Amino acid sequence: MIAEIGHFALVLALMVACVQGVVPLLGAHRGHAPWMSFANQSALVQFVLVAISFGCLTHAYVTSDFSLVNVVQNSHSTKPMIYKISGVWGNHEGSMLLWVLILAIFGAAVAMFGKYLPPALKARALAIQALIAVGFYLFILLTSNPFQRMFPPAENGQDLNPLLQDPGLAIHPPMLYLGYVGFSMAFSFAIAALIEGRVDAAWARWVRPWTLTAWCFLTGGIALGSWWAYYELGWGGFWFWDPVENASFMPWLIGTALLHSCVVVEKRDTMKAWTIFLAILAFSFSLLGTFLVRSGVLTSVHAFATDPERGVFILVLLLIVVGGSFALYAWRAPQLKSTGLFQPISREGALLLNNLLMGTAAGVVLLGTLYPLFIDAVSDGEDKISVGAPFFNAVFIPLMTPMVAAMAIGPLLAWKRGDLLRALRTLWLGMALALAAGIATWVWQSGSSPWGIVGVGIGSWLAIGTLIEVAERIQLFRQPFRQSLRRLINLPRANWGMTLAHFGLALAVFGITGAGAWNVERVQSMRPGDSVVVAGYEFRFDGAEEKQGPNYLMTEGRFTVTKDGNPVTVLMPEKRIYTVRQMPTTEAGIHTLLSGDLYAVIGDANADGSYVTRIYFNPLVVWMWIGAMTMMAGGVMSLSDRRFRIGAPKRSSVPAGTQPAE
Amino acid sequence: MKRKHKRLTFVLVAFLLLGGAAALVLNAFEENIVFFMSPSDVAAGKVSDDRRFRLGGLVEEGSVDKTAGETVSFRVTDMSETVSVSYTGILPDLFREGQGVVCEGRLTGGVFVADEVLAKHDENYMPPEVADALKKSGKWKEGGY
Repeated sequence: MIAEIGHFALVLALMVACVQGVVPLLGAHRGHAPWMSFANQSALVQFVLVAISFGCLTHAYVTSDFSLVNVVQNSHSTKPMIYKISGVWGNHEGSMLLWVLILAIFGAAVAMFGKYLPPALKARALAIQALIAVGFYLFILLTSNPFQRMFPPAENGQDLNPLLQDPGLAIHPPMLYLGYVGFSMAFSFAIAALIEGRVDAAWARWVRPWTLTAWCFLTGGIALGSWWAYYELGWGGFWFWDPVENASFMPWLIGTALLHSCVVVEKRDTMKAWTIFLAILAFSFSLLGTFLVRSGVLTSVHAFATDPERGVFILVLLLIVVGGSFALYAWRAPQLKSTGLFQPISREGALLLNNLLMGTAAGVVLLGTLYPLFIDAVSDGEDKISVGAPFFNAVFIPLMTPMVAAMAIGPLLAWKRGDLLRALRTLWLGMALALAAGIATWVWQSGSSPWGIVGVGIGSWLAIGTLIEVAERIQLFRQPFRQSLRRLINLPRANWGMTLAHFGLALAVFGITGAGAWNVERVQSMRPGDSVVVAGYEFRFDGAEEKQGPNYLMTEGRFTVTKDGNPVTVLMPEKRIYTVRQMPTTEAGIHTLLSGDLYAVIGDANADGSYVTRIYFNPLVVWMWIGAMTMMAGGVMSLSDRRFRIGAPKRSSVPAGTQPAE
Repeated sequence: MKRKHKRLTFVLVAFLLLGGAAALVLNAFEENIVFFMSPSDVAAGKVSDDRRFRLGGLVEEGSVDKTAGETVSFRVTDMSETVSVSYTGILPDLFREGQGVVCEGRLTGGVFVADEVLAKHDENYMPPEVADALKKSGKWKEGGY
């Protein structure tokens, strides 16, 4: 009964969305206020309906209702409660329901918190949002209904894929989707602005918080996913340039570009058409990501069983959204006139450079990801190729190096007319220290990897450059210290956000460099009592024993790690067999130090009682996660800036470009 | 600078970036593209000895030999031809006899030395290349394996 309520609520939500996609648009066109404000109520109703639907599915999982096909395929009565709940979105049907739930949450949030928005813009944006929702409701109801019953009900379920039974992966999909779907908001605002034919500073200020929210979640989601791959797959790495990973990375790159170009629109009243373009692109990449992951057209190590029919549906949806929005863009964008002047050497020039580099990077990732499909198609299935990590590293790193180098300089350039020489002079200390760090690295590692030196060099450059920018802003050492401190406290939150985000990236660069350039791997078979020395740490294998987990059996190995005879830690890697699916998984034993991770994996027992073991030392890898968290914190900080809540809403009749720039 | 010149600067910078990216891409494609081969392709001599490629097919029943400690050897088959593979390291969790597998490495003296054996996350998942290789050799059973 409850499942039927869920199903019915979803059908009702589709109906509401259909009306919401039409009435407010007409209202905005005719200037009919009640029709416009209809969007506010319907967005809330939609949210309530989808929430009911989602709640019903969750109820079915929690109570292990094995008359639902979806629950049977992805749950089991002995599964711990947290994985019963995360199982709701740990499968295709449920994850699409989560998709629309998040879409509805964003819609409701705009309806509730967007009271300063001009009614016509708000009505149009919510209508576009509803049209997107219609596509996804239809997709769920027609091809992937999570509420499908089976008769007779099953005795018990087939369990959730054990790899997904993990706390990191329980929250990874919701965060990633909050990011993906969040870009739909920027998209809807962009389309609404195209219909209105008007983009100004106020528009940019309304769009930025939504983009920032999406960006924060996407950053967190990607970081969580790569963290999961790092400790759960036991391959010692955290990023494999796999199509599924790329699918989430491309919207992030474009979203980052969008964040920066919004700033230019807000402050300088220029780059308008470009910003609209990025907003459309960011969401298109989100849809493309959904398509790549859900259709299984690409071979991926992260792929799960998929269904081609669904792939076709999403592809059609993608074509409608992308084709429709770009057609509208081609028609309306030429009307968006910029008033601001534009000098190449200036803050806006630097932000444009960011945009170009981010866009190029996303294009390269797209090319590498889709190239195998392309070759397969043109050779009629004769040639099959794969484009792996070496390709992406060879292209991406040279693109990102100048980008990171420019990131330290950009914030020091003034709006309108920057002085590059002066900025570089301000940064002399950063340059000297970065050079010193690079040389020190070169001496220390005796020239084994050029990228290690470059990574440490530009990482230090960006970190110090970011700190220098703050010091400049608060006029450290040029004013009494107390004065500087007051300036520091009074810095706008958005500035803090930028500082944190840039600094976080510098930290992440260290992590990526360390783990990429200097990781050490040793594979050997070990008997209890054997030792192996990796990167100066001695790993002694004490043996392995069989244990029983809640819904799995495990072989737990034990390594005592010492350095120069002093105990460091004990690592307990596991090899689990989940009893229901008879599927093995690996749990790496990891001990995190600021200098690097000690990482051990145990394999199957050999006939002679030895175990194959894999030991890694991954230098600096923890800085990758710390960096990602710092970036997210930067986003949240910027989001809390009061400028986004107060003072923004006035849409001035004076062109924004004539207002004094900050 | 006049407005026109400024625009020209941006266009030039953008082209420079795109050109640079294109050069990087082409260069990387040449060196880093990995072809996918089935055991029949290998038997037909389609690969030279030092070229890296991916080999896909099924792990032949009863062919997995773990007696050499950390080096495992097994045979990959598309049901008409087989190739011997050796791999040093821990096999992925879902590596099983009779199941689909994709390995990456080089052919050395008739043995495929893999440095990577690709795992999958789901028992029901069959890499599309493996499915195609089996279809080509006419041994594909719908819903089988």
